[in-house]
Amino acid sequence: MRTMSYREALREAMLEEMRRDPAVVVFCEDGRFWTMPTNGFVDEFGPDRVPVMPISEEGFTGAAIGAAMTGLRPIVDYTIANLMYVAWDQIVNHAAKNRYLFGGQASVPIVFRAAMKYANATAAQHSDRPYPQLMNVPGLKIVVPTTPADALGLLKSAIRDDDPVVFFEPLRLWGVKGEVPDGDHLVPLGKAAIAREGRDVTVVAIGDAVPAALKAAAELARQGVELEVIDPRTLVPLDKGAILASVDKTGRLVIADPAHKTCGAAAEIAAIVAEDGFSSLRAPIARVVAPDVHPPFSPALERLMYPTPERIAAAATALVGSPKELAVP
Amino acid sequence: MNREQDLEALRRMLRIRRFEEAAMDIVRKGQGIAGSVHICIGQEAAIVGSCLALRDDDYIVGYHRSHGHPIAKGAPLGPLMAELMGRRTGVCHGKGGSMHLADFGVGSLGETAIIGAGIPQAVGAAYSARVRGTDQVALAFFGDGAANIGSFHEGLNLASVWGLGVVFVCENNLYAMSTALADTMASESIAARAAAYRMPGVVVDGQDVAAVFDAVDAAVERGRSGGGPTLVEARTYRYRDHAEYGNMDLSHRPPDEVEHWRSRDPVELFRARLLADGVAEDQLAAVAESAAGEVRAAVAFAKRSPQPAPEELFEDLWATPLDAAPAEASR
Repeated sequence: MRTMSYREALREAMLEEMRRDPAVVVFCEDGRFWTMPTNGFVDEFGPDRVPVMPISEEGFTGAAIGAAMTGLRPIVDYTIANLMYVAWDQIVNHAAKNRYLFGGQASVPIVFRAAMKYANATAAQHSDRPYPQLMNVPGLKIVVPTTPADALGLLKSAIRDDDPVVFFEPLRLWGVKGEVPDGDHLVPLGKAAIAREGRDVTVVAIGDAVPAALKAAAELARQGVELEVIDPRTLVPLDKGAILASVDKTGRLVIADPAHKTCGAAAEIAAIVAEDGFSSLRAPIARVVAPDVHPPFSPALERLMYPTPERIAAAATALVGSPKELAVP
Repeated sequence: MNREQDLEALRRMLRIRRFEEAAMDIVRKGQGIAGSVHICIGQEAAIVGSCLALRDDDYIVGYHRSHGHPIAKGAPLGPLMAELMGRRTGVCHGKGGSMHLADFGVGSLGETAIIGAGIPQAVGAAYSARVRGTDQVALAFFGDGAANIGSFHEGLNLASVWGLGVVFVCENNLYAMSTALADTMASESIAARAAAYRMPGVVVDGQDVAAVFDAVDAAVERGRSGGGPTLVEARTYRYRDHAEYGNMDLSHRPPDEVEHWRSRDPVELFRARLLADGVAEDQLAAVAESAAGEVRAAVAFAKRSPQPAPEELFEDLWATPLDAAPAEASR
């Protein structure tokens, strides 16, 4: 085991894959800047594989697609998730669709990295969590890792995947340290993690709602309520089996997600459980998600936006009702 | 071009013209081409002159009016026509249709219905060639309308700062749908914009296949030898409306403009030149007949091809299918 931060895991994943495969290249505005996980890469891999990048999201995303269709595996780092919108046409109309439009003649193996700066007082144009918008686009795989080990293993798997993968990183987790397995650590896309086992309430948590849910679970455990925390890790493909199995065990579901409520990942997960796991449910499904309003600048207001341990605990407690009711299997 | 290339140029221009006439005929008779069909008749010299300057392993990227581009690059006609008809034997298995032909077997990296979006993709193909250590070049086709969109400017800038072997070929047919270029462009010409990106900008007679070949050949040579990108503006004309609507209304154009350009038809101009150069009429007729025969065979192939089966709806979406999630979950 090694100990590293989420940010170091991102860097390690890119380094390992660039050393392994000369087709991997990195497109990143200011990727050589000292704050960037790709700082120093140009010294090892040269200016062709780590090109200087103009502020030109649409242009370099299109270039990544052309490169991907002709044998390369670009990693495109938008540095801030909102900047993807500038390249939305290339991502949605081309990266996601070209393989299908062209009858499978070419794949588009790109990893689009997008750090999400929410809860960081950067206001609405730097704070989006856009994964639900892209879950609506067939052809894109979507990953949201929450631990250093998963950041490493999922980024390496994403780089090796032949489909376009959008890799969302909650920036608040970049500094979190954790143990990471030695060797060529790969985490498969489409496999959820049970972050904590418990018998009473399933909490499916996304992004930094995972550590929030774990805190809530620790707190409620002292009161005799056991949360099972499921981290889907990838939203497309989504490990429906793991979610349904957990709900089958607990009979109760809270979904905690820092993205907006309407048509969000939580809405999709709720629909799946309502369709395929209805008979398991002993209580209505609860969502602890961001309200449908833009992230405000003022920290005093932004604090109201996202799932916290307290909100998750309150939602779970409401589902279990009185301790007496909890005791009934 | 040498004589062999001359005859090949004529053959490919005629393939395009006969192919598009056949497509229009199928549309008119309701025989199985659905959706939008954008015809490039009148622009064949700009397309063929450009593609003949490329090697087989070079890349092209097209746009919505792009039946001609893969044909000019040497793609077999049957799968292209079958694609227009949405058949399973189509070059894209019926998933793309008229606006998204692609034949990676001849370096045709596909076409986009989003104006200008293919331009940076061609830049990426040339970048890829550099990283992989090959000397392939990439050629981006686009229309005059694309010269006003951001991806044109971003693509040219990227190709120039990275010094890539890209040839940007604008088929300037004067109209974006029915909007005249003069009303939408704040520069003297499209080629003039090259100066802003530190690359040569060349205007060429797009009705003269040999002139287009010479201009693009020089640009390809420049790109292949590390000299960077070139913008070529081929002045050409589209005889048809923006798309095939059932009837045609060209009242947005000045009187006599169509007749003027038709008098400079690229196929007729080149045929006349070859005759004047001493090529036998029989030889030209044989080329014409072989092109027509290929198109007849392509139509027959497409019409007898089966429709896609329902289970093909999901094919070609993923390179790695989604249902591979392992059963156990742990951390």
